[in-house]
Amino acid sequence: MTPNQIVFLVLAFIAVMASAGVVVFGANAVRSALFLVLNFFVLGFIYFTLGAQLLGITQIMVYAGAIMVLFLFVIMMLQLHHGPQLKKYQDAKRPLAWLIGLGIFCLVFTQVIQKLSMTSQSPVTDEYGTPKAVGLVLYSTYSWPFEVTSVLLLIGVVGSILLAKRRI
Amino acid sequence: MNYVLPTVEWPTVMPVLIVVVTGILAVFIEMLWPKRNNNVIVGLGLVGLGLAGSSVLKQFGAPDGVTFGDMVVRDQVGLVMQLLLVGICFVAFLFSEGYLREKQIPFAEFYPLALWATAGGMLMVTTTNTLELFLGLEVLSIALYCLAGMSRQESKSEESALKYFLLGAFASAVFLMGIAYLFGATGSLDLNAITSVWPATTPMHHTLILFGVGMTLAGLGFKAALVPFHQWTPDVYQGAPTNVTGFMAAASKVAAFGALLRVLMAAAPLQEFWFPAMFWICILTMTVGNLAAVVQKDVKRILGYSSIANAGYILVAVLSHVKSPDKVGLGSTFYYLLAYSMMTLGAFAVVSLSAKGGKEGTRLQDIHGLWSRAPFAVVCLVVFVASLIGIPPSAGFVGKLFIFNDALAAGLTPLAIVLAVNSVISVYYYLGILQAAFVSEEGAVRNQSAKPGIGLNIAVLVCAFGVFWASFNATWVQKTATGTSVSQAQTVSTTTSPDRMGPSNPE
Repeated sequence: MTPNQIVFLVLAFIAVMASAGVVVFGANAVRSALFLVLNFFVLGFIYFTLGAQLLGITQIMVYAGAIMVLFLFVIMMLQLHHGPQLKKYQDAKRPLAWLIGLGIFCLVFTQVIQKLSMTSQSPVTDEYGTPKAVGLVLYSTYSWPFEVTSVLLLIGVVGSILLAKRRI
Repeated sequence: MNYVLPTVEWPTVMPVLIVVVTGILAVFIEMLWPKRNNNVIVGLGLVGLGLAGSSVLKQFGAPDGVTFGDMVVRDQVGLVMQLLLVGICFVAFLFSEGYLREKQIPFAEFYPLALWATAGGMLMVTTTNTLELFLGLEVLSIALYCLAGMSRQESKSEESALKYFLLGAFASAVFLMGIAYLFGATGSLDLNAITSVWPATTPMHHTLILFGVGMTLAGLGFKAALVPFHQWTPDVYQGAPTNVTGFMAAASKVAAFGALLRVLMAAAPLQEFWFPAMFWICILTMTVGNLAAVVQKDVKRILGYSSIANAGYILVAVLSHVKSPDKVGLGSTFYYLLAYSMMTLGAFAVVSLSAKGGKEGTRLQDIHGLWSRAPFAVVCLVVFVASLIGIPPSAGFVGKLFIFNDALAAGLTPLAIVLAVNSVISVYYYLGILQAAFVSEEGAVRNQSAKPGIGLNIAVLVCAFGVFWASFNATWVQKTATGTSVSQAQTVSTTTSPDRMGPSNPE
């Protein structure tokens, strides 16, 4: 086993255990969310080991940071103490949904995934995915989409104000 | 690696910039004088859209090209669609203020958000870069999610926004996954890479590309409300405020078809794989849309299903072009999108009259007696419905005829037949709307339509006039839109009108 593989296996083990933790503590949503943070964090480290530093930083900042804080806020606001209540609404839709889901999975697995697993990966340069390389294209070739993103953020701000207004 | 600034040809990006900046100025005006009436903002918006429209018009006839690091494309498709989007937003602004006030939700934020949504659509139709395409799609969609839910007192509006948001986010995810597969297969974010990479690659790469194209089409199919992805349409159209519905129905369809056109044209070399699927989607879209509309009792739902059916008609034109680009031009696609935008927007403008004093009923019986309260608007409604049905001297008829001829020329006879049959089915429910508007007030459940304001009258007049104008100048519209001489067989060809287009109207 190469050192790379050992590092990967350790990280992967933690990630898998963390995602198992998300499910095990089903009754306590906050605890599940914290395990999800751990999972995201370790995933970020796996990106680092692959040489994609920027992706790793983004993963930790956006997912483990911003999105998880949002999750926790929502969970605390909803106050989901009463787990059993959620089970009341089970009907025929549930097994049907399982069937359809399995059917689609089988379809995608036989038709797509098997063929996709044989595709070779395109070679990339060493610099690929480093902050410098990403920055160079982001602020040159992709400067127009970069600016457009600001409109998207503006819509988020103004839109949330619109939705928060009830009456004038 | 060196840092190279992309060259920028400013006129190409000017229309989008003007629309975005107008939106920002509108927010500033709202901040400076809050809780006043919104007339200043509406005026500013109309001026901005007029400027944007004229800056698009100036580029007609200019050579095709790319700028901003290949992110922005200037070609005929982009220019025509941009002009359409600007025109749609212009007309929507005209009748929005009166409606929002009647509904007691006169929030000034509507205007900047609608402007930015328009800009998002304009971004979508002027690029072949999938990243830019996705950004445009999100700018358009997220603004529309907010607008759909702007009537917070109504649970229907909230339901509409939530449904649209959840399903839209799902569709965006599918679209994004498609982009990822395409990037993985071609090593480029540009759609044209599909065309160049396809012949050179192995069957394994083919699977990647096919999967990517399929998911991209599914994502865009959601936006355009093609049939397996259409379920959100009636609920969202019904619940959203009527002016938003009108804007959404017209603008997001134009933008989605602009993007769909580019994806399909880029994926033309692999036609043999996706064409059968799109063929059946097209048949289903026309048929399901029309059949479901027949049983509806709500005007906005009827128009929602009608917009699904119309998406099917436009898809026939698009497929005919992609199938045989030499014989069939894009003229009919542009023409029908123009006709569809005018009649749908106009119809929703008239339906928006059923709001009064903060309440709104859109069932068929709620527009009973509209004739006696707003005769002018109802006369225009007759024009729109006649055009939607496809009665001869209207743009709807000419458009369907063009598409019919296109389908025959491209050898897609089954689609032409399905289109003709569906046009006949649609007569039933369209007439239902008219009948309801003309029923006298006796026996009406509620009587709550508002007096039409001046803005609404101008809006419906512009649309109704446009429907006739476009039908009498059909050849000229097509020629101008495609930028070439029209070679297809045409039965309706009248004198070429010398008058130029108004800067801000789609006509």
